[in-house]
Amino acid sequence: MQKARRKRNTVSFLILILLLLLLLGMNVAIGSTAIPMGNMVSILLRTGENQTAESIVWNIRMPRLLAAAVLGGALSVAGFQLQTFFANPIAGPFVLGISSGAKLTVALLMIACLQKKLTISSGIMILAAFIGAMVCMGVILLAAGRVRNMAVLIVCGVMIGYICSAITDILVTFADDSNIVNLHNWSLGSFSGISWGSVRTASLTVALALGCSMLLAKPMGAYQLGEAYAKSMGVEIRRFRLALILLSSLLSACVTAFSGPISFVGVAVPHLMKSLFRTAKPLVMIPACFLGGSVFCLFCDLVARTLFAPAELSISSVTAVFGVPVVLSMLLSRKSR
Amino acid sequence: MQKHEYLRTEHLRAGYSGKVILNDTELSVSPGEILTVIAPNGAGKSTLLKTLIRQLPALSGTVWIDGRDLTSLSGRELATRSAAVLTGRIEPERMTCEEVVSTGRYPYTGRLGVLSEKDRAVVREAMELVNILPLCNQDFNCLSDGQRQRVLLARAIAQEPKLLVMDEPTSFLDIRHKLEFLHILKTLVKEKQIAAVLSMHELDLAQKISDTIVCLRDGRIDRIGPPEEIFAGDYIGRLFQVEFGSYDPYSGSAELSPAPGKPWVFVIGGGGRGIPVYRQLCRMGIPFAAGILQKNDLDYPVASALASIVIAEEAFEPVREETLLSAEKQMLACERVVCALSSFGSLNVANETLFLLAKEKGLLISVEDLKT
Repeated sequence: MQKARRKRNTVSFLILILLLLLLLGMNVAIGSTAIPMGNMVSILLRTGENQTAESIVWNIRMPRLLAAAVLGGALSVAGFQLQTFFANPIAGPFVLGISSGAKLTVALLMIACLQKKLTISSGIMILAAFIGAMVCMGVILLAAGRVRNMAVLIVCGVMIGYICSAITDILVTFADDSNIVNLHNWSLGSFSGISWGSVRTASLTVALALGCSMLLAKPMGAYQLGEAYAKSMGVEIRRFRLALILLSSLLSACVTAFSGPISFVGVAVPHLMKSLFRTAKPLVMIPACFLGGSVFCLFCDLVARTLFAPAELSISSVTAVFGVPVVLSMLLSRKSR
Repeated sequence: MQKHEYLRTEHLRAGYSGKVILNDTELSVSPGEILTVIAPNGAGKSTLLKTLIRQLPALSGTVWIDGRDLTSLSGRELATRSAAVLTGRIEPERMTCEEVVSTGRYPYTGRLGVLSEKDRAVVREAMELVNILPLCNQDFNCLSDGQRQRVLLARAIAQEPKLLVMDEPTSFLDIRHKLEFLHILKTLVKEKQIAAVLSMHELDLAQKISDTIVCLRDGRIDRIGPPEEIFAGDYIGRLFQVEFGSYDPYSGSAELSPAPGKPWVFVIGGGGRGIPVYRQLCRMGIPFAAGILQKNDLDYPVASALASIVIAEEAFEPVREETLLSAEKQMLACERVVCALSSFGSLNVANETLFLLAKEKGLLISVEDLKT
């Protein structure tokens, strides 16, 4: 059994890594400007032969695909953490309104700074998003303390999400004309227009949060048996819960700060990964969800920008199209059990 | 001989957020012993057990585990000393039995919780002890209640505790699995010299498995002692304030209230043959009289619980003339007679006399006839 388990993990991780490499390649190569495959090597080596193509690949596609990979992964890990925390398979940053909370504070910050013609550093953006995420998380936790019913909790989350989105929409409507286009795109969710600097900040933040998450894998595993059992095994429940909440909020905030709210990735990917690996063991699931989220978002972003090129779809519509059937099938198969 | 007490409480006051549920609780358990808490619903069994393993903080007083104050133990120190099987259904997602049992190694593994060879061996041994090795790769959520409970026991064993606390571990099991579970527990406690504290609703089983019984009532320990003491007399009936029906501490059987009214049927019984008839009559709501029973007869306790009148003779005494006479009088006062006996031995002449008299008077009827 031990061997079979290890084999399944190895094969699954290999599949994910291959898919990741394939999609990274496709995202570099495919786009509204056709770049001949023959030139790809020289472009990637930055020989300077094709200035335009090089600029497209290095300044537009590269940061974008890296953002999709890093942020998609972060979102899935945040989803997995929230599912463990609430012992609820449909919990996720978007469903619980945490993404929308982060979106609201980031929109506020952007509008305020744009009016005063200030530029915002990406660190400040993450901070603003984190504050928004934590406020919503606080409300959800209050609700969770009052209602034991998980379905009601999810509805609370959806409501909070709606309120935050509505306020954001109103703010965007009254924002300065020139900023609207950018702000509007961002508030729908998109990986476009991300700078190398932002990619760097995002990657660092996510790497840090991911490292800490791995250290939480052990108590998370115990927590899957319920709070009482975890406590009887020596988990410091209060500290653990706080750490888990902070980490999942930080991860979701980071995603929202750079790409706006992205729906369903946090619910669909962990479920797909659990099915692929046939386990929910956090030590395996955290890296698996990260890779899975990267693959999923790279794929969705590819679809978003190529399906109706040169027009671009918002990433959330694409993730919803591919994510919702997964979530639905999960819910239905649960019912029948 | 003063035995080493692994768990001891001193003036323990337990409850939730300031609301006291149990006062001045003092109990102790030694290795290799089973202490069972019995109490009416809501008397604080779970509260007590939760306080013993720090799931709830004690309101005041002290719990000593292994000679140390419970509040001074770190989470890990406590987890290597005590393990629990709790009530409440758990539904871990996609966990095999082996994985559930492996979580018991939590206090022993490193930062990432990877199991060593030794940990795996302990997990295997625990699964062998409770006979779940064949289930090890099955999904925990797909198991029956009996299997789940054994897996959770194995999980607790894998934690290598010296104190095992279990809240109603047998409540949802059928009789076969109740016995199986308790058998495993008994062996385990003796073999590994574990001090066990459990709560149970099955009084008949509690008195068989426990070394000490603790009875909770009205926010305190009402009685504590060996089962032989606790189950003597009608104490249990009073503890649970049984109003509708009765409980026999020796057989462990509970009976409903007798049908009210003047006896309508007389039942000639004895040797266990009467019991099904008594119960049938009770179900049909027919008041009855029972006789002639020796006080040490198997039928006697049930007849006392269900019959309006019992004509009985002292144990190991031949039936005296006056007893027979009062039985005849009582029988003739009834409308019908049911005879549960098919033959009378040479020591049961009195009942044979009753039977012949009833036959002569044409009062005899079978229980089946009573139904129509």
